[in-house]
Amino acid sequence: MTGASLTFDRWLNTFAAWALALLWVLPLAYAVWTAFHPAAYEARFELFAPLTLENFAKAWQAAPFARYFLNTFVLVTMILAGQFFLCTLAAFAFARFRFPGRNILFALVLLQLLVMPDILMVENYKTMRLLHLVDTIPAIALPYIASGFGIFLLRQTFMTIPRELDEAARIEGASFLGVLWKVYIPLAKPTYLAYGLVSVSHHWNNFLWPLIVTNSVETRPVTVGLSIFSAIDSGVEWSVINAATLMTSGPLLVAFLLFQRQFVQSFMRAGIK
Amino acid sequence: MRGFAFKREWIHGWLLLLPALVFLFAFTHIPAVATLLNSFFSTPRGKRSAKFIGLDNYERMLNDPVFWKVLANNLWFALGTIPVSVALAIVMALWVNEKLAGRSFVRMAYFTPTVLPLIAVANIWLFFYTPGFGLFDQITGFVFGWPATNYLGDPDTALNAIMVVTVWKEAGFFMIFYLAALQAIPVSLKEAAEIEGAGRWTIFWRITFPLLMPTTLFVCVNAVINSFRLVDHIFILTDGGPDNASALLLFYIYEVAFRFWETAYGATLTVALLVLLSLLAIGQFFFFDRKVHYK
Repeated sequence: MTGASLTFDRWLNTFAAWALALLWVLPLAYAVWTAFHPAAYEARFELFAPLTLENFAKAWQAAPFARYFLNTFVLVTMILAGQFFLCTLAAFAFARFRFPGRNILFALVLLQLLVMPDILMVENYKTMRLLHLVDTIPAIALPYIASGFGIFLLRQTFMTIPRELDEAARIEGASFLGVLWKVYIPLAKPTYLAYGLVSVSHHWNNFLWPLIVTNSVETRPVTVGLSIFSAIDSGVEWSVINAATLMTSGPLLVAFLLFQRQFVQSFMRAGIK
Repeated sequence: MRGFAFKREWIHGWLLLLPALVFLFAFTHIPAVATLLNSFFSTPRGKRSAKFIGLDNYERMLNDPVFWKVLANNLWFALGTIPVSVALAIVMALWVNEKLAGRSFVRMAYFTPTVLPLIAVANIWLFFYTPGFGLFDQITGFVFGWPATNYLGDPDTALNAIMVVTVWKEAGFFMIFYLAALQAIPVSLKEAAEIEGAGRWTIFWRITFPLLMPTTLFVCVNAVINSFRLVDHIFILTDGGPDNASALLLFYIYEVAFRFWETAYGATLTVALLVLLSLLAIGQFFFFDRKVHYK
């Protein structure tokens, strides 16, 4: 290949990569445009159109978004705390203990990667009604707390930790829970971070199950709140709906832009192992 | 003494597992079995309790035109979105992996849709698709002079419009996995091929693509599951319409169980979905397993 054709090739690739990138940000850029401009500029693109935050103010007043945010925050925290606790214990058992039934139980855990709680919504709704938990935040959280994915991920990490470290701690008199706390958990920090980011963004964005199991302002997370707010026949202006849309994804989007590298690496780490 | 120590290890292991297993069984395994059992019963209504009706629900399902419609929709949806988003993901990853001017912006642009809630994505695209007024019509009207088109309201285009949104949302997510895999391929392989005079095209098909096979398997399994699981955007964009033209299987299960409250029939449809998912997962595994090994 000659030098000239190589640079042309590179130029072509750069051009195509940028074209696709611009195409990819276009819908989002459009939403940002309408959200920050008065309704009159929804479909008129003038460089010096007046900027405004009024759409955000209107959206904030039109629906109890503050409450929705609080609900989502409580929900995501509850799920993450539960997942960290349950998955750590289970992963430790699978990684370092021998007991009858280990392989069968592990296969049952992995089965959850295929049969996700979302698919079993009919039965899970019955269970929640039986427990008198319908329309509460724990009802949204409970099906996701024992995560097959989390157990698998942490088990893989725990298995890479040298047994010598484990044995050294035991000789010094640490119990098996002490070893878990002092050796395994600190060494698995990157996995916890990765799993935490994936879990938080997944449950922040989750919609179908919360839609089914909640029916009041006090329990609805932002995704369900947004879908009600922007229902087609509600007659709200587009610019206000777009402002609300950006608002609900805002915290994750800002976190993503600030910690881009960690996010990308976390999704990579969580996917590969 | 040795036997005693073994027993203690067993008990510790079981105790550590217990809390996770309780939740796992309560919300995954037992509901899965209960779904199967309930599919043989009628839906309880008021004071009438559920009655064993054998295979009646399954018979109803096989005679339900909407079931076949959403199944066909779902297969078309999977066949349309998976190859496109996987191919795009590979191309994106190859670009982002190279020394490209403005690489971090390009990578961010590809990945951003992944962090947005599907509901928010649907809102953004709904506006994008608005007939006459939305950006899509404005561009096609300006460039090609096309008249205003209601993509989401037309049975011929509604599902395709939803598929475009899905590809947009998923390609960047799959790109991440390919990026990780590309970074693990030794540079020396590519350099050796270049010395032998292989062009970029040959290097990609002969070296890079075969080495990416395990990633492709992983991504495809994920993509297949997602194509049956992700229905959030349908609620906003079309609500399954017009005339079920854009309804997918899980969306139909939701409608049957929570809009018409026919829970037993909902359970029957869920069984169909679970069977389908398992078959696809097994089939895919064997199909790719052969390819991955023979390389």
